[in-house]
Amino acid sequence: MGAACPVSARILRLGTVSSPAVEVEDLVLTYGSIRAVDRLTFEVAAGSVTAVVGPNGAGKTTTMETCEGYRQPHGGRVRVLGADPRRDAARLRPRVGVLLQSGGAWSGVRAVEMLRHIASLHAHPLDIPALVERLGLGSCGRTPYRSLSGGEQRRLGLAMAVVGRPELVFLDEPTAGLDPQARHGTWDLVQELRSSGVTVVLTTHYMDEAERLADTVHVIDSGRLVASGSPSELMAHGAERTVRFWAPAGLDRISLRAALPEGSRVDEPLPGSYVVRGHVDPHLLAALTAWCAANGVLAEGLAVERRTLEDVFLDLTGRELRP
Amino acid sequence: MTLVFTPRPGSAPLTSMVAAQARMEARLLLRNGEQLLLALVIPVLVLVGLQQADGLLDLGPGRRIDVLTPGVLALVVLSTGFTSVAISTGFERRHGLLKRLGATPLPRSALLAGKVGAVLIVEAFQLTLISAIALGLGWQPRGGVQALLSVVGLVLAGTAAFVGLALLMAGTLRADTTLAAANLVYLLLLAGGGVIVPFDRYPASVQPVMELLPTGALAEGLRDVLDGAAVGLGHVAILLAWTVVAATLAARTFRWE
Ligand SMILES: Nc1ncnc2c1ncn2[C@@H]1O[C@H](COP(=O)(O)OP(=O)(O)O)[C@@H](O)[C@H]1O
Ligand SMILES: [Mg+2]
Repeated sequence: MGAACPVSARILRLGTVSSPAVEVEDLVLTYGSIRAVDRLTFEVAAGSVTAVVGPNGAGKTTTMETCEGYRQPHGGRVRVLGADPRRDAARLRPRVGVLLQSGGAWSGVRAVEMLRHIASLHAHPLDIPALVERLGLGSCGRTPYRSLSGGEQRRLGLAMAVVGRPELVFLDEPTAGLDPQARHGTWDLVQELRSSGVTVVLTTHYMDEAERLADTVHVIDSGRLVASGSPSELMAHGAERTVRFWAPAGLDRISLRAALPEGSRVDEPLPGSYVVRGHVDPHLLAALTAWCAANGVLAEGLAVERRTLEDVFLDLTGRELRP
Repeated sequence: MTLVFTPRPGSAPLTSMVAAQARMEARLLLRNGEQLLLALVIPVLVLVGLQQADGLLDLGPGRRIDVLTPGVLALVVLSTGFTSVAISTGFERRHGLLKRLGATPLPRSALLAGKVGAVLIVEAFQLTLISAIALGLGWQPRGGVQALLSVVGLVLAGTAAFVGLALLMAGTLRADTTLAAANLVYLLLLAGGGVIVPFDRYPASVQPVMELLPTGALAEGLRDVLDGAAVGLGHVAILLAWTVVAATLAARTFRWE
């Protein structure tokens, strides 16, 4: 586990000092003996894009579903658009759009038929043909839901989440299973929602996605908040550089580390791919290449990189593989 | 047309939500081939088969087709109102559809009204078709317009009771258990629920029990009114009692996920 360092969420978008769209305060949810959400606290500023990031089982879906009114908190409280998601559900439902993590349609319904049905429950729905075209659902419009690909189901779900012109949308893993084009299409849509004044809360375990889309990122792990802030704040949290290079697999990393300045670390995340962390400066680079020369190693693709948010994420949530 | 995402939330009017839900569910019921088969082919087979096979089953006095047809109409209501709804609702829950609808402006009451509406739409087709076949086989219903109105009333009450029972089952059991149990209940009631064979053909000791079953009350009620009698208030009361009990229990136990 990396060092946990809770930072309180206090990111207001420039010029807007309105009440938060979502307030999660000391939220606790348990399934039997499992504490899926453990005293989680964060806020979502109105009009912002917020990413909730965490590894599988971190409690993202449980948190989203509590905000959507599906679950009663076992401790703490949740306010959505200033209201209680369960008690005031009838008033909130038209105002809040939802993309569930999975499912959410009849198995025999055709894609566009489903979208039209959801639209028909709203007073001022979006123009269906335009939305269908925008999300690339035209070619599968008459396909039954059960025969849609995972990506098509996701895009249909996204269309269903926004078709009622909500003020706030909760998107649980909107890009899971999408190909790169569709992923970019979804990113564009999220940005357009934001510029239209829609508040977006999304979950992802892709840190690059959070970095690209979100004004605020909340990193959670085992139901707890481990860090919050803008992507740049989170990056500053550990503003070190890394050196990456390729070389034959199985180099003697202990010997290499001994050759590098004090406090350096050498990892081999994939066979033959090496990452050096530490105080990366010209001396470290010189020591590294000297060691390679002494050991007859040709370091290919050697690059000095800034830390990515991905690195921060892995540091915060641990690098070991999760079940 | 360009897309304008600027928020403009709002619910559609309640009546148009119910209508949309009923139309959608009716379309899906009609699209589900196997279910439609069960809901239509079995009643037609029962009607035609038992009409032909004279010695097979003693239906008592009266013209055979006149005794048979009201029971087959009741069978259609059982099949669509109970079996189809239980199975489809079980799968709606498994596929997260009910959960997803819970995030739309559609209130639960409108969802239920939509389901009943869809069943009534489908039943209207089915009952018309069965009646046409029966008329072709020589059925002579009695009672005129009065009987027709009574049939509509009994079908409404029967549908409400069966949909309530279907939701009670689908809301508590797993989807595949519901699939099996709903078909089993259908077959048991078809065989021993007083649907096809009039009560007076059963031993006297079981007649009061048949009388209390929703299938028995509906089928016997239909046999009475299509024989020219006034609608039996006892039958209607039994159906309404089943509706109230099933709806109350379903509302309490129904799980949307
Ligand atoms: N219905 C459930 N019953 C029991 N445990 C659950 C249930 N849903 C989730 N969990 C557990 O709660 C934890 C958090 O799950 P979830 O909120 O789905 O995480 P995430 O969306 O971040 O992957 C996990 O350990 C998961 O196994
Ligand atoms: Mg999840």
